[in-house]
Amino acid sequence: MNALDFSIVAQSWPYLWSGLLFSLSLTAAAFAIGMILGTCLALAQHFEIPVVAQIIRGYVAIIRSIPLILVLFWFFFLVPIVLGHLSGNGRPIPIGATYTAFITFGLFEAAYYSEIIRVGLRAVNKGQFEACQALALSTYDTYRHIVLPQVLRVASPIILSQTIILFQDTSLVYVLSLTDLLGAASKLAQLNGRLVEMYLVIAVAYLVISSATSQCVAILRKRYAVAAAR
Amino acid sequence: MFGVLFEQTADGQRYIDWLLSGLGWTLALAFFGWWIAFGIGVIVGVGRTVQNRVFAIPARLYVEIFRNIPVLVQMFLWYFVFPEVVPSAIGDAIKQIPPPWASFFPALLCLGLYTASRIAEQVRAGIEALPKGQLEAANALGLSSYLTYRHVIVPQALRLIVPSLTSEVMGIYKNTSVALTIGLMELTAQARQISEATFQTFTAFGAATVVYLCLALIAYQAMALIDRAVRIPGSAPATLPADQDLASEVQQGGLPHVMEAAK
Repeated sequence: MNALDFSIVAQSWPYLWSGLLFSLSLTAAAFAIGMILGTCLALAQHFEIPVVAQIIRGYVAIIRSIPLILVLFWFFFLVPIVLGHLSGNGRPIPIGATYTAFITFGLFEAAYYSEIIRVGLRAVNKGQFEACQALALSTYDTYRHIVLPQVLRVASPIILSQTIILFQDTSLVYVLSLTDLLGAASKLAQLNGRLVEMYLVIAVAYLVISSATSQCVAILRKRYAVAAAR
Repeated sequence: MFGVLFEQTADGQRYIDWLLSGLGWTLALAFFGWWIAFGIGVIVGVGRTVQNRVFAIPARLYVEIFRNIPVLVQMFLWYFVFPEVVPSAIGDAIKQIPPPWASFFPALLCLGLYTASRIAEQVRAGIEALPKGQLEAANALGLSSYLTYRHVIVPQALRLIVPSLTSEVMGIYKNTSVALTIGLMELTAQARQISEATFQTFTAFGAATVVYLCLALIAYQAMALIDRAVRIPGSAPATLPADQDLASEVQQGGLPHVMEAAK
């Protein structure tokens, strides 16, 4: 066994850093798309819009039943075709792995967030809706100002836990040969042969980031629990 | 549409044989990985609830480490890093393992240990949801702490957490696809190989998706059956059957409905 030499990590720091930034921006974008779309999907199911609600239910069930890697492959193949149809000339539009990753993670996470929000919507006390009706609030105002803020507040620890899982899942863009934190490390490892140091360092990086964030979630959960008990 | 699956491949098989062999690896990985995960998960989960720090601290560390590193990175650690950091005699022996097994065993270890950390948290939630009277009654009967856990606490906790374990079962069979990164030809890898060989991407991925959906349905039904068989009488079913798995997944870390009912 060769002695471990971590100086190689210090030398390649800028590249790893750019990889980490990609992972984080993918997480942020997927979170934003996923939350917005997920809320829409959850509301469509909540209102039981005919046909649409069934289609969404099927979409969510499929996405939740197949592995993320297969979803990535699917979208990598489907997105250019769909875009081609949307643009009208019917020819597939290649958009590159990066955009595919953003779209895929956004749509994939939307399924998970929508489930969280849907269950949250059911947990809202019936009296809240009745009070809104008594105040003659429109449906839009009811959901915008009364119901959704409560749902988001109750579900926030779960949403954040899901986002930590999302951050870890972004490492799977490795199968699309993108340069996220893991992709950067693996490319460097193949160049300089320092597999052991590279993978150990990024394992620690993921561990520190996820672990620190989960501690924050735990604090949030505790604070929320106190507020609810009052 | 699926006709291409029955065509001959270059190596004299049919494409569907590739798919079935991939399914075999996926099932083997999920099945054996599950029992590793369940065994370790119960032990670590118990360790998370005992007062004795000699057990509690390693259990906490285990969960923190294995839950907070992505599965793919753990896969690489077992496959690339592990043989390098153990004494070279053992490392060389590991590198001598012939191809399919050389990726199967690291993948099995990785998925088993990763899922164990998630099961441990469910087991802990189950134990903490039990009424305190159970522990006190066991103490009053003079049971040792080993016997208390073995015969009173753990059996009841496991019966409570069956609905939340459903999402872990679904998790482990989905995570088997990560093993393709270290060269195991499981279901997703075979689907990609078929798509590359035939250019029938839609058919190849569609077939794999259908198989995964069937697996999800089977896993879900099996767990629902187990839940009905072992549910503690008097504790209400979690929610409507269709929402059970969702509700328990959403409440990860919190208490699924069954547990609140049992309190």
